[in-house]
Amino acid sequence: MAVAAKYVGTSVPRKEDPELLTGQAKYTDDFVVPGMLHMIVVRSPFAHARIGSVDVSKALAMDGVVAAFSGEDLAGDWAGPLLMAWAVTDDIHNPPHWPLTKDKARYQGDGVAVVVAESRAAATDGAEAVDVEYQALDAVVDMDAALADGAPLVHEDFGTNASYTWTLTNGEVDKVFAEAPVVVKERYVIQRAIPNAIEPRAILVQPNTAMGDFTMWSATQIPHIVKVAMTLGLGISESKLRVIAPRVGGGFGAKLQVYAEEMLALALAKRLGRPIKWVEERSENYLASHHGRDQIQEVELAADADGRIHGYRMKILANMGGYLMIITPGTPLLGAFLYCGCYGGEAYHFECTGVFTNTTPTDAYRGAGRPEATYAIERAIDALGRRVGKDAIAIRRLNFIPAFNEPTPMPGGLMLDSGDYDATLDQALELIGYDDLRAEQQARRERGDPKQLGIGFSTYLEMCGLAPSRVLSALKYAAGGWDAATIRLSPTGKVTVVVGTSPHGQGHATTFSQIAADDLGISVDDIEVVHGDTMLAPLGMDTYGSRSLAIGGVAVHRAAEKLVAKAKKIAAHELEVAEEDLDYEGGTFSVKGAPDKARTVAALAFSAWTAHNLPDGMEPGFEETAVYDPANFVFPYGAHICAVEVDTETGEVKVAKYVAVDDVGLVINPQIVEGQVVGGVIQGIAEALLEEAVYDENGQLLSSSMTNYEIPAASDVPSITIGRGPGLPSNSNELGVKGVGETGTIASPPAVLNAVIDALSVYGITDIGRPVTPERVWRAIRDAKGGAQ
Amino acid sequence: MSREPREVVLTVNGRRYSARAEPRTTLADFLRDSLGLTGTHLGCEHGVCGACTVLMDGRSVRACLLFAVQAEGHELTTVEGLAPEDGQLSSLQQAFHEKHALQCGFCTPGFLLSAAELLDLKPHPTEDEVRAWLSGNLCRCTGYQNIVDAVLLASSRREEGAR
Repeated sequence: MAVAAKYVGTSVPRKEDPELLTGQAKYTDDFVVPGMLHMIVVRSPFAHARIGSVDVSKALAMDGVVAAFSGEDLAGDWAGPLLMAWAVTDDIHNPPHWPLTKDKARYQGDGVAVVVAESRAAATDGAEAVDVEYQALDAVVDMDAALADGAPLVHEDFGTNASYTWTLTNGEVDKVFAEAPVVVKERYVIQRAIPNAIEPRAILVQPNTAMGDFTMWSATQIPHIVKVAMTLGLGISESKLRVIAPRVGGGFGAKLQVYAEEMLALALAKRLGRPIKWVEERSENYLASHHGRDQIQEVELAADADGRIHGYRMKILANMGGYLMIITPGTPLLGAFLYCGCYGGEAYHFECTGVFTNTTPTDAYRGAGRPEATYAIERAIDALGRRVGKDAIAIRRLNFIPAFNEPTPMPGGLMLDSGDYDATLDQALELIGYDDLRAEQQARRERGDPKQLGIGFSTYLEMCGLAPSRVLSALKYAAGGWDAATIRLSPTGKVTVVVGTSPHGQGHATTFSQIAADDLGISVDDIEVVHGDTMLAPLGMDTYGSRSLAIGGVAVHRAAEKLVAKAKKIAAHELEVAEEDLDYEGGTFSVKGAPDKARTVAALAFSAWTAHNLPDGMEPGFEETAVYDPANFVFPYGAHICAVEVDTETGEVKVAKYVAVDDVGLVINPQIVEGQVVGGVIQGIAEALLEEAVYDENGQLLSSSMTNYEIPAASDVPSITIGRGPGLPSNSNELGVKGVGETGTIASPPAVLNAVIDALSVYGITDIGRPVTPERVWRAIRDAKGGAQ
Repeated sequence: MSREPREVVLTVNGRRYSARAEPRTTLADFLRDSLGLTGTHLGCEHGVCGACTVLMDGRSVRACLLFAVQAEGHELTTVEGLAPEDGQLSSLQQAFHEKHALQCGFCTPGFLLSAAELLDLKPHPTEDEVRAWLSGNLCRCTGYQNIVDAVLLASSRREEGAR
């Protein structure tokens, strides 16, 4: 069935907004239940320290404090450690990760005790009274230092700080490199980032001791996975636990996690028989919610003398932090296939070593592995262009995989769905006014303007729609990548769409309503979308990896198709014709040649409810479920061009113009898609220019609050211009949709860096570290000019 | 310092409230926990993110940096008080809706109150003025563009001199 385009493709105003705009939306911290206790976690101030005695007696004596426990006290409560779902190799070093550590603190913020009290203030006071004996150890923060002989060991049992090495090889890599006339070698450092959802994490667990069951509200992206993890961690039956992700205030990957505090709150609710609430402080968010990125990349391209690429060879060090969390080791692998970007070639090698350090664990941050891959290739192709004397456009066009609309292989080994890389680049060049910009750049160079202009490109390719379950199995990920939808029509024709994805700002209720409304010929206003509740929506794999539309949206469409198929049988029966004699359009079945003989889907739902006159053998009721497991990923791509103005006297970088052309396949709601693009691009620009998690040599997080980790404000960032490219539908799914949640953070950092380097090329500068702070620019210019001025 | 709760009497969204608060209780916790007005959100509790912004006597304040007792006798406006009546949106809220100026919505109450203050003080600001004024509020979802557009749209719909 083709989607009739009444709603799909239009900017239906978001159904989510009214409660969010009026303060009526309920986030986890807004729920209050009688008898609720408040939990505070006592955290190690040391990045690496042996834990001696943990004395909670003073805390217990304080007003309002109900209970306090050390890691040893709770050791018997766990049926298993925190979930680590991606053992990427058979010989990976995967340490047990307990909700409270018992032996050592392995990063600043590692939980060592927990206090529960009648109020949050009393619990905070109690936590301060917990007396922990720490024996500080030498910490290791830097990855090269961690791999050196004699380095302090984060986990002594392994005898090394290396967790794993994972490799991928396609083609005759060594031969291609040996024979290539041009080999470009680059080294890039991707700094560590802190995701910073504005809503801190929060958890509330309500026990029902009589029945032995529990309800958990959690500010999470993944209620379904949290439920499974809690079952494994606490030995509670899955049928006794309901996990609800109510309104969730942003995630960006940091809420794609199973956290110690979820296990602790559930364990304490079970022990004490009282509801337990925990709300993260921002300082805890910086220390104890996972971080992202943090890689050192050795990048090599093998090419012809004219710059045509034949081989890719990548060697990555990825900082795991102190423990492996849900997909810590697998996060770099999400980019492993994409270090060739949208370019051709015959040989490809990727090698990644995960390294333990005394830092907060890393894990998925918006883009997860793909921003790192894109950064490497989009920087390196500019380096190749410089080497062979081609500009950023020519070197890209030379190497683009030619336009295609059917499954097409690429050097990383994936089968791409659809793409026209020249087309998005053409549109981006037009939108930014490229020739005028270059003329302006030339003029400024000629007059020695202190504010130099630079133009940078990122013609990116990403893979999303995570993920085909069989591929996940081959990559040793522990779960599947399917998702589910149930659609139900009430007797009066109102629709409930129950989905397994779990949004936190993406507008699923609106987008999924648009799909179902067109399929069923029903107004979007008559559709309610239910999500984020394992009781109401038991089937689901949640939201991450730009998967919700490409997997969950297709499931909605398939469930609707099943309902239409059932409706058609009832219609044929009631109208006394064969099914083949019916037309279906806009929610109405009509008899061919006799259009006045017709039934709407809503009317047929009523027939299915009364069950007075159904075809023989048909079950009453009007509800269908579809579970969709994709056969392939989807591959958004596009061209981003950034123009920066660099103040060569102060080192300040200002984004003067930014164009993002992203082909994300069929667009359901343009306004929502554009919102995702702009938000992602700004987040990526901030990563390029402002944001960095900085540790000192002792593992103390220096960028420990919003005052010294620079999240951009409205005045720090530009407006950007958006294009949609040719809009080639994906052939990985029948809707033709791709994903858009992460394109911005994937594409934009190298566009910004390349622009800065382009501006500084007048000084012969070809590399600069990120984030590109004024200090870095100023030092680079000073060094290029030959030391202190 | 005594922790004895004190009586706090104030006006919120035109309604008079009286409730007890420890001297160390922040205005944000008081609004949320004692008055049940959970539309005021806490993002950082150290005065950076602006999610807890409310108006006190018409001027924006960060509810996480004030104690409840400091609001004694003052008139507050929170996000719950912006709409003219239940089921309706203010012109600013409507503009946010139309321009898709919110995604997760967590920072939105703070932005609405900061923007409401701006439009009261300066009904027709420039884009740069809007960006500068809103720089005390952090949003991680939208990239700000649609928020700025929404404020400008609400501004364009205001009659000169109207509140």
